[in-house]
Amino acid sequence: MIFNARSAWSIYRRELWRFLRTAFQSVLAPVLTTALYILVFGSAIGDRMPDVGSVDYGAFIIPGLLMLTLLGETTSNSSFGIYMPRFTGTIYELLSAPVGVAETLVGFVGAAATKSLILAAIILLTARIFVPYDIAHPFFAFVFILLVAASFSLFGFILGIWADSFEKLGIIPMLILTPLTFLGGTFYSIADLPAPWDTVALVNPIVYLVSGLRWTFYGSADVSIWVSLGLTLAFLFTCTAVIAYIFRTGWRLRD
Amino acid sequence: MSDPILELSGLTKVYPGGLKALDDVDLTIRKGEIFALLGPNGAGKTTLIGAVCGLVRPTSGSMRAFGQDLQGDWRQARARIGLVPQELSTDMFEPVKHAVEYSRGLFGLAPDPARIEEILRSLSLWDKRDNRIMELSGGMKRRVLIAKAMAHEPDLLFLDEPTAGVDVELRKDMWHQIDAMRARGVTVILTTHYIEEAEEMADRVGIIRKGRILMVDEKDAMMARLGRTEAHIMLAEPLGALPPAIAQFPVELEEGGRSICYRGGDGTGKGREEVADLTKALIASGIDYVGIDVRESSLEDIFVSLLGDEEGEAA
Repeated sequence: MIFNARSAWSIYRRELWRFLRTAFQSVLAPVLTTALYILVFGSAIGDRMPDVGSVDYGAFIIPGLLMLTLLGETTSNSSFGIYMPRFTGTIYELLSAPVGVAETLVGFVGAAATKSLILAAIILLTARIFVPYDIAHPFFAFVFILLVAASFSLFGFILGIWADSFEKLGIIPMLILTPLTFLGGTFYSIADLPAPWDTVALVNPIVYLVSGLRWTFYGSADVSIWVSLGLTLAFLFTCTAVIAYIFRTGWRLRD
Repeated sequence: MSDPILELSGLTKVYPGGLKALDDVDLTIRKGEIFALLGPNGAGKTTLIGAVCGLVRPTSGSMRAFGQDLQGDWRQARARIGLVPQELSTDMFEPVKHAVEYSRGLFGLAPDPARIEEILRSLSLWDKRDNRIMELSGGMKRRVLIAKAMAHEPDLLFLDEPTAGVDVELRKDMWHQIDAMRARGVTVILTTHYIEEAEEMADRVGIIRKGRILMVDEKDAMMARLGRTEAHIMLAEPLGALPPAIAQFPVELEEGGRSICYRGGDGTGKGREEVADLTKALIASGIDYVGIDVRESSLEDIFVSLLGDEEGEAA
């Protein structure tokens, strides 16, 4: 398989430049929103809430809030990255270049994932100001955040190709990802839900992501880390396969 | 004949709605030439460019560029093709130099600041290199698109309506740029509405309508074959009929015998010589005249006439 590293690097660098150009919107806004959640639910209200297992409530919600921001921002960044060239017509340059699916993905998705990692690092550092917490498995935490960032960047890329309006671009993150994350154990443990809701909740795929990240922080979670990792990898491969199909057929890219 | 740089054979594109934008197009472009593709709106010019550049998936037919199959070995071929689109499509927030450097990198070439500077200077963009594209005039934005297309040093360059909406001065400046590209050995295919543009610059001209190539020929040969000289000779006294010495020319009486209209020649100047002979014949026949109006038919006349013939055949 031919891979043109210079092409991929050019796309990657340009996308990061775009991210930095809009740093107020793309960095400051999500960090501030997450910090407010942590301040209100973790620091102010958290003191009056019982511990979850052996974890202080304020610390308990940090992985969930991080996941909430990661999913929304990663999907939006990536979808916007490919939707805007389609919308403005500048995609002609990408389509006419000697660039295949691999370079495009490394460029666009790699940049979106990098942005998410930067964002995650800033959020975690900011959270430490308000709530004391430790990360039990830092390596696993890094790998898990990386996998989530990569897979939802791919998902966002598909969304950006599927959408034919700004409204559609916002529908999935706002109306599906955010509610599912709120209901996915961000603020509570699934085990604390009454039956049958503790079982019904397992239908929500975000539960596995929040739970997986929480395990890397505190060593305990609602579902096994291996199940969380396996599902995240499966999602990653599915999205990659869908994008490969899109490029092969030219769906919504080429007339 | 020079080596072919692009060969299209049986190229057809039918859009999902059933619109046949390209209908069995056969076209060969020679290395180093400037080829003008003329046609009215919706003729298929942009679709043809899109098919070669990878923006449009052809329904059938084959495309070869530089001897390689464009659908199979697309990477190698596309690395040598540049495109300046019709629309001013570029990231308006990006600085000029940044945008041109990106284009070079996207096509897989190593950074070359000297080359980028040369391109920007040749297009009078160097002073604007740090300006955001949105701050430039329409003509300057179009130059940025040309700079982006030139950044990867293509051997074959498509210019889709390069001077659309550009003022006369800038249009002529753009023609100089295209001439400079030819001097560098770049093969240029341009689509245009401005016949004058094709007449001024093209080596060969193709006429396309409803997805079909109606004619491809050397510009000069096309003008010679289809061109005409038209002369109107205003007579001092009206004539009732043409004397035999005059009637042997391709002429007819007009305006109640007050003028003679000549239509002949072949676009190479032969018609003008014949008009001179006609005036001598008029004097020899004792017919006085008070004015002569001579004009050669332009490429536009040929274009309009060809499209008219096509309409007639279709009706």
